[in-house]
Amino acid sequence: MFTVILLMLAGILTGYSIKKKIPFISKAITVLIWVLLYILGTEVGSNKQITEGIANLGLDAAIITVFAVTGSCIAAWALWYALYKSKKGGKI
Amino acid sequence: MKGSLIIVGFFILGCLSGLFNIVPGEECSDISFYALCALMFCVGLSIGNDSQTIKNFRSLNPRLVMLPIMTIVGTLAGTALASIVVPNRSIAECMAVGSGFGYYSLSSIFITEYKGAELGTIALLSNIMREIITLVAAPVLVKIFGNLAPISSGGATTMDTTLPIITRYSGQEFVVISIFHGFVVDFSVPFLVTFFCSI
Repeated sequence: MFTVILLMLAGILTGYSIKKKIPFISKAITVLIWVLLYILGTEVGSNKQITEGIANLGLDAAIITVFAVTGSCIAAWALWYALYKSKKGGKI
Repeated sequence: MKGSLIIVGFFILGCLSGLFNIVPGEECSDISFYALCALMFCVGLSIGNDSQTIKNFRSLNPRLVMLPIMTIVGTLAGTALASIVVPNRSIAECMAVGSGFGYYSLSSIFITEYKGAELGTIALLSNIMREIITLVAAPVLVKIFGNLAPISSGGATTMDTTLPIITRYSGQEFVVISIFHGFVVDFSVPFLVTFFCSI
């Protein structure tokens, strides 16, 4: 499970040690994401439990998203309040 | 925007070929693991290779460095609460979905690999919604929660897709913090998702 994270760290070290800009990286990332999401799609499409329950999955996703966004915004507001509102017009 | 549509297009194409049995589903899981390994290596390469972005961070207000941490803590607290409302999903599962922070491609791929396609689909939908909410609701979020709110809401996307909208509604002076925030949150996604999938 942690193989992928180790690979990312190895990538960071490699990218850092190659001083020149590697040209094809972002294209490679895009293509790999296409491949992986296509495969995820095939798994979803061929799984009856998922295709029949897609409305419920969407509802679960929506609820989780609303809570995630609200939670992060309240936290951002707390930082905003601590930095600026409490001492009028602080610097950014 | 066009890039996101193409990504979603590939997902839908996959769904259709799965639905009509064009692709054998079982042989794919090996390919997807190796593709994921290649993807993470490339993501690492692009981070390590990008020295200019890291140099720009020196001009940052040190107190605003806290913002990515606030985003992560706020999101995780919110999704932990969400598990009370959402039936049949454990706290860890909800927090794993939340740990995508809008980075829907990577988080859904990870979660599918660890927890199966069902939670992976929830992660994909939820994190696409997060990006859309940020794009659409940014002006409202600024009014209610202050100028930092769209950045927190944008999560991992604030260094690319949601950056234009943030600079428009929060202000030009938030560009560097927005990119820094996206960079840090982006980086945390594989770690947090792996963590919440393994407990």
